[in-house]
Amino acid sequence: MPLSITKSIQEMLLSMMSESAAYYAAMVVVALLYLGIFAIAGLFLVLLERRIAAWFQLRIGPNRVGFQGLLQTMADALKLVSKELTGTDRADKFLYNLAPYFVIISALMALGLIPFTKEFQAFDINIGIFFLIAISSIGVIGILLGGWASNNKFALIGAMRSGVQTISYELSVGLSLLTMILLTGSLQLSEIVEVQKGGWLIVQGHIPAIIAFMIYMIAGTAETNRAPFDMVEAESELGAGFHTEYSGMKFAYFFLAEFINMFLIAAIATTVFFGAWLSPFGITESIPWLGVFWFLAKTLLLVFLMMWFRWTFPRLRVDQLLTLEWKYLLPINLVNIVVMAFIVWQNLIIQI
Amino acid sequence: MQESATLNNSFKSEEYFINMGPQHPATHGVLRLLLTIDGEIIKKVEPDLGYIHRSIEKMCERDSYQQIVHLTDRMDYLSSHINNEAVCLTVENALELEIPDRVKVIRTIIGELTRIASHCLWWGVMGMDVGALTTYFYGFRDREMINDIFEETCGARLTMNYNVPGGLMWDIHPNFIKRVKDFVAHFKTKIPEYNKLLTGNIIFQKRTKGVGVLSKEDAISFGVSGPVARGSGYSCDVRKYHPYSALDKVTFNEVLEADGDTFARYNVRIRELWESLSIIEQLIDNIPDGEHRVKTNAVIKLPKGEFYQKVETARGELGVYIISTGTKNPYRMKFRSPGFSNLSALNHMAVGGKIGDLVATMATLDLVIPDIDR
Repeated sequence: MPLSITKSIQEMLLSMMSESAAYYAAMVVVALLYLGIFAIAGLFLVLLERRIAAWFQLRIGPNRVGFQGLLQTMADALKLVSKELTGTDRADKFLYNLAPYFVIISALMALGLIPFTKEFQAFDINIGIFFLIAISSIGVIGILLGGWASNNKFALIGAMRSGVQTISYELSVGLSLLTMILLTGSLQLSEIVEVQKGGWLIVQGHIPAIIAFMIYMIAGTAETNRAPFDMVEAESELGAGFHTEYSGMKFAYFFLAEFINMFLIAAIATTVFFGAWLSPFGITESIPWLGVFWFLAKTLLLVFLMMWFRWTFPRLRVDQLLTLEWKYLLPINLVNIVVMAFIVWQNLIIQI
Repeated sequence: MQESATLNNSFKSEEYFINMGPQHPATHGVLRLLLTIDGEIIKKVEPDLGYIHRSIEKMCERDSYQQIVHLTDRMDYLSSHINNEAVCLTVENALELEIPDRVKVIRTIIGELTRIASHCLWWGVMGMDVGALTTYFYGFRDREMINDIFEETCGARLTMNYNVPGGLMWDIHPNFIKRVKDFVAHFKTKIPEYNKLLTGNIIFQKRTKGVGVLSKEDAISFGVSGPVARGSGYSCDVRKYHPYSALDKVTFNEVLEADGDTFARYNVRIRELWESLSIIEQLIDNIPDGEHRVKTNAVIKLPKGEFYQKVETARGELGVYIISTGTKNPYRMKFRSPGFSNLSALNHMAVGGKIGDLVATMATLDLVIPDIDR
């Protein structure tokens, strides 16, 4: 298995200390590295969202703190850290404090799997996609716990909506990715990328792949609880939804996790549909680190698409949300899998 | 059998109460709604008023008639000019003053500009209430142009006080006609943009069609007025039936929609924008010369009696009722505000819907809370 980044760190540490010590030290170093990526990506995405929102809304957006507002979210985070942590009376303190960690840990664990380039991937297991889907559904437990333990009816309604929504749309996310797995024959992310050297999967799988991509983006947006599926927060209905009673850094955890989840959804789409770190012109192999650039470019383009949704569409109602999933997306998805299976069977794949 | 009975009991749903407001984003002010909810379905909506009650009617009994005009700004602050006009018209009718045509025309133009500004703001928050934040800024961009015109005309952007009993406080600014024309030309290109962004959106239509239905009979019996009543097909435009100021000189259509749902009320307001623009266009080139104010006594004393005047604000019918005993203050003053009657129909419209439906319905009632509480 090409565990390059972990391996190189491990080898470097091995020269300094004993084998078992190096093994544990490597874990800590890699974890810290990813925490750094996590924080920077979160802060950058928050700024990006605000600038894009401003662009859609005839405003300028934050541009004063640092160059073009680059330090704006840093300043906001500092403010949040220094704020008092408040909570409601008779809230379940243990669960209330636990909830943000579920959300943030699930997002962080999933980040380790993302293949930024061939070398830059913390761990590449053979059930990659399955693991990603499984890990990302842990996040909803945090939202449910947070809403439940807050002792606030608005938060509870938000949490219940979140449960309903995530369970429903996870099916579509899973099935649309499964459609693409038919093409690759492997769940391992590095294998999936390897297959795409003969053309991105969205090209290889043509019509059913495009349908699967559209369903994935809709369901993925719903998974991250963002507009037009932000039933969980729905500020004109529920105030702030499940995190109404959270303040300070605990609120920031929920907030950052939303952005990281958005990044993850886009990153998975990049990996599965758009050839991950492969360049569109086929020169990646010679300059390996350029893969990071291609990966981020594709991912941020998809992130922009999700932001575009958010700042243009009104919100669905909770029953319409379920109608969309159970009556439209799921049946289309099931038919789509059969079509894809037929295409793979008859070898109608487009190879470049 | 017994087992299933216990199972049913343990899964029995219970209704619960939830306080929507007084601090809640969708109530646009300090309105408190006591909701009885079964899961997401609304069983009962009880509005609880009084959080911004300033006893304006009682204060009127203390003030002179010139001062009363200033208080009415603070009722429905989005149609402040029309509120002022209502009081001035009542006083002028009681005194049987002959108002110059110039004043009438300017009052009508600014009244319609106020209506457009109010509808712009409403359109923005309507989008926000159904979850599309961007509309808010588009609405405000166009409202800003009107506010700039007002600022140049009378020095205030929101609480204008441009009317005084007997006319206008000042004459219009030399730029007024040009800037209003600019605005009309600008806004004509922007209403299609509104339609593109929100009206035509499939999610928006799904959210609003068939939601919060108010039949024509119910509209009449609840006493609703303005766009809410016209959305139910009840023709009640005061500008048509009891024209005041220069409204008898212009031709315009009363906008009616038959469906009575949230989308119908939405459409009424959007179409009213076109009608208001057409009224302004008919008048802006024909502002007659003359005085901007007729002389009144410094202390206005109304003759003994009861006086009533109604006008059409952006929200509906505003009635001003004065009982005078012949002194410089009214003996009793009563405002019939459109928001109060419109709010009374909310329970009827929202029951059976989801929380999201309630928010969408409330958005098309276009509530201004100080107008309800006074």
